[in-house]
Amino acid sequence: MGQPLRRREDLPLLTGRGTFVDDVQVADPLHVAFARSPWGHAEIRSVDVSGAAVAPGVAAVLAGSELPELTDPFAAGIVHRLAYYAMAVDRARYAGEPVAAVAADDRYLAEDAAELVLADYEPLDAVVTIEDALDPAKPMLHEQVGSNVVVDRTLRYGDPDAAFASADLVVTETLRWERYSSTPIETYGIVADYDAGSGLLTMWANFMGPMTLLPVLARSLRLPEERLRVIVPKDIGGSFGIKSSLFPYMTVVGLLAMRAGRPVKWIEDRAEHLIASSHQPDRVGTRELALTNDGEIVGLRAHVVDNLGAYVRAPEPATTYRPLGNYVGPYRVRNVELHLVDVVSNKVPTGPNRGYGCQQVYLETERALDEAAELLGLDPAEIRRRNLIPADAFPYETPSGGVYDSGDYPRVLELALRTARYDELRQVQAAARAEGRLVGIGIALAVDPSISNMGYVSVALPPEVRQAPGYLHKSGAADWAQVRMGPGGKVVVTMGTTPQGQGHQTAVAQVVADELGIAPEDVATVDEFDSHTSVWSVSTGSYSSRFSGIAAGAARRAAGVVKRQILEIGANLLEAAVDDLELADGSVRVKGSPDRAVSLRRVAGVAHWDPHSLPEGLSAGIQASEVLHVPTSAPPTDDDRINSSHAYGFVADVIAVEVDPVSWEVRILEYASVHDAGTIINPKLVEGQVYGAALHGLGGALLEEFRWDEDGQFLTGTFADYRCLTAAEAPRISLDHIESPSPFTPVGAKGCGESSSQSAPAAVANAVADALRPLGLKPSHLPLTPARLWELAEG
Amino acid sequence: MIDLAVTVNGRRYERRVEPRLLLSDFIRHELKLYGTHVGCEHGVCGACTVLLDGRPARSCLTLAVQADGRAIETVESLASGAELHPLQQAFHEQFGLQCGFCTPGILMSAKFFLEQNPAPTEEEVRAELAGHLCRCTGYASIVDSILAAADKLRAQ
Repeated sequence: MGQPLRRREDLPLLTGRGTFVDDVQVADPLHVAFARSPWGHAEIRSVDVSGAAVAPGVAAVLAGSELPELTDPFAAGIVHRLAYYAMAVDRARYAGEPVAAVAADDRYLAEDAAELVLADYEPLDAVVTIEDALDPAKPMLHEQVGSNVVVDRTLRYGDPDAAFASADLVVTETLRWERYSSTPIETYGIVADYDAGSGLLTMWANFMGPMTLLPVLARSLRLPEERLRVIVPKDIGGSFGIKSSLFPYMTVVGLLAMRAGRPVKWIEDRAEHLIASSHQPDRVGTRELALTNDGEIVGLRAHVVDNLGAYVRAPEPATTYRPLGNYVGPYRVRNVELHLVDVVSNKVPTGPNRGYGCQQVYLETERALDEAAELLGLDPAEIRRRNLIPADAFPYETPSGGVYDSGDYPRVLELALRTARYDELRQVQAAARAEGRLVGIGIALAVDPSISNMGYVSVALPPEVRQAPGYLHKSGAADWAQVRMGPGGKVVVTMGTTPQGQGHQTAVAQVVADELGIAPEDVATVDEFDSHTSVWSVSTGSYSSRFSGIAAGAARRAAGVVKRQILEIGANLLEAAVDDLELADGSVRVKGSPDRAVSLRRVAGVAHWDPHSLPEGLSAGIQASEVLHVPTSAPPTDDDRINSSHAYGFVADVIAVEVDPVSWEVRILEYASVHDAGTIINPKLVEGQVYGAALHGLGGALLEEFRWDEDGQFLTGTFADYRCLTAAEAPRISLDHIESPSPFTPVGAKGCGESSSQSAPAAVANAVADALRPLGLKPSHLPLTPARLWELAEG
Repeated sequence: MIDLAVTVNGRRYERRVEPRLLLSDFIRHELKLYGTHVGCEHGVCGACTVLLDGRPARSCLTLAVQADGRAIETVESLASGAELHPLQQAFHEQFGLQCGFCTPGILMSAKFFLEQNPAPTEEEVRAELAGHLCRCTGYASIVDSILAAADKLRAQ
């Protein structure tokens, strides 16, 4: 534990022997292509698939209009029942929405046939922006809802009205942030095989959970859950939340396999991925902070609108609700009012994206805090210092019900300032400004929630719904691991965590080896999800930065049980008391008398080959399977408080930028980032997560943007239009860490997979705002592309 | 259908293919060399990069028939048995990959790049890498891997 062990995942990946979904071998599969709506919003008068059905090589065709007969709409956690099917039924609600699917002998033939699908559209006025969605004159996407506003809740904690009434200063910042996505380089992929004899539908998919969505999928297919088997291939080519949202396509590919009586495969192409997979919602958020003249924040108000696109696809509207427990971030403020609105529009439905809802909250708060500091004549570092939750306050309950497990926020902030050489940076900035250059420095602090509580989305439902008789509460965040020792004394750990490159196997080997006093090389690891063979629950999956807290925690618990079994057998063999023994160097030995020892091989041999001689109460073999239940993850209270995550890390980012006053490009001069993710299992794995998360945050704040025109036509359908940051722009980051072990997780670890994706946007936006302040310009529309900054400068 | 003869990783293959078949699909689905990955099919992400007569080529923007009579190298050619190529070894030592999906294309580009420029600066490595997208690493560890591989190769 704590060592920078090299990754055991690397060798197959470096030599071309990975197993990604497109590498899964099934006999003679058909290949799927979709016909998609060219309109952002249109009635579908008819879809004629007859030409496609007789095209060369075509074995099966499925029209969206058939879905109400064959499937049930997907469920989501809101009051209104939107009819969300896997393809458009009688109205297309976003450009790129599938209207029919074709399965043919190869992908080329399938794409030829998909072009022969003839759909007759009656275009409608499109609802594109948040303002469109709030405009009652615009068409309704789902008439049964009666509005394009699908969720509208106001949550109050403490006494926000009194706090604002008595404040010395109120600052208000409104920020608009367009859509982006973490765009994994591997697109969605599904292979389906239906066995008509047993009625079993097996699907391989690069689906990352949460497995809450498997019951949603089974219900849509009208299959009892034992007749739906989902297998996640060993390797997933990145996800960052995005691959949660692939499940509607599993309905289509599954139906085609059932219809064709042959295996069916769909590998999404990049154009499809950009237009029709999943995005982070576009958002307009206003933050009001009530402050005293000393800079103390006494009240916080949020008014946010998230644009969820054409349908509310589970787990949405979670973008808006995931940050609930940590809405106040690292600050002591107790009086909070949150007005949270979700709207639908003619854009692709949204879903989880690295940071999931938190980068927006921190952008809004941290920008408002910098403006407050400016008005009060305080340094941005100083105003933060004055508001931090102190180190002796943990565990700390936030006004909205979050329970921060551990931390030392002041220490992390000071370390970040030192790492960035903040005072020196301010001198550099002063000198640059004197020369007329646009240099700015931004700080952002983020409480980093990990291990989501399955119950938090329920807050989107009003309390009267949650209190009604028959309402079924949701809670929990469990996961599972198994540790067993074979007859030769070697250990195998099995998990089902659907990793996407994080190095789970390397890390869990370190955790288990540590517990058992053996070398990590002596721990074999298996991490594969199969809904028919893995032990899982609805919270299983690799999302919300949950691995090191929960799956690795379950492994440690299981290893602890195995250790006890080993010690008891060893005690019997050595004729010693268990309490006098220790596990070290691959043997059980008497503490203080290393000569009195027995090898693990001998212990395992007895357990497997001669269980008759085992002490009473022990079973044959050595193994333990542990489900780590998370009792802190309770349903929301009647007054809307919820501990939305199980562990809360902390991030302090400091970024310095220079803005070119001609090209309006933002260049990063310095990036320092200090993290507290609790106990670190492998520092190099943590570093990799922080770097990747930071780049996603910077990309979303500076460059990456999905765009539509006013008719809902999609404008960013290639990687040449949707521009990701490359190595030429990516910064070096000066990293440091402190470790405040979580008292709530077995390893003491908290998640770090999302880390700086939540803070980098706020830090860089603060830095750009600081750079532009001498010009009297305040950027408030992200991403801060050169074009957008130029427009700001031109007025 | 068109007759095609190519040498891939030193082995000769003869096939009849459709003229529209992409080289990336030919390598993956005809030759069953699954190490070459497809990420965008429009030549930006670089995941599908192979060496065509020793020079990097986007296999998703190349037709299989354009490779007729030519030599292709894919990621499967780099290691010799259990012995990793210095680039592969450096990526392992420097944590230069996470999900590994973009890695094969980067390895092939980097092989050519270091043949042309055995002692690159970090800036030159970053400029070369700008032809590839990686969404996991933030690139720093990839840059370090390529610089470390350059040292190893020069020492050989």
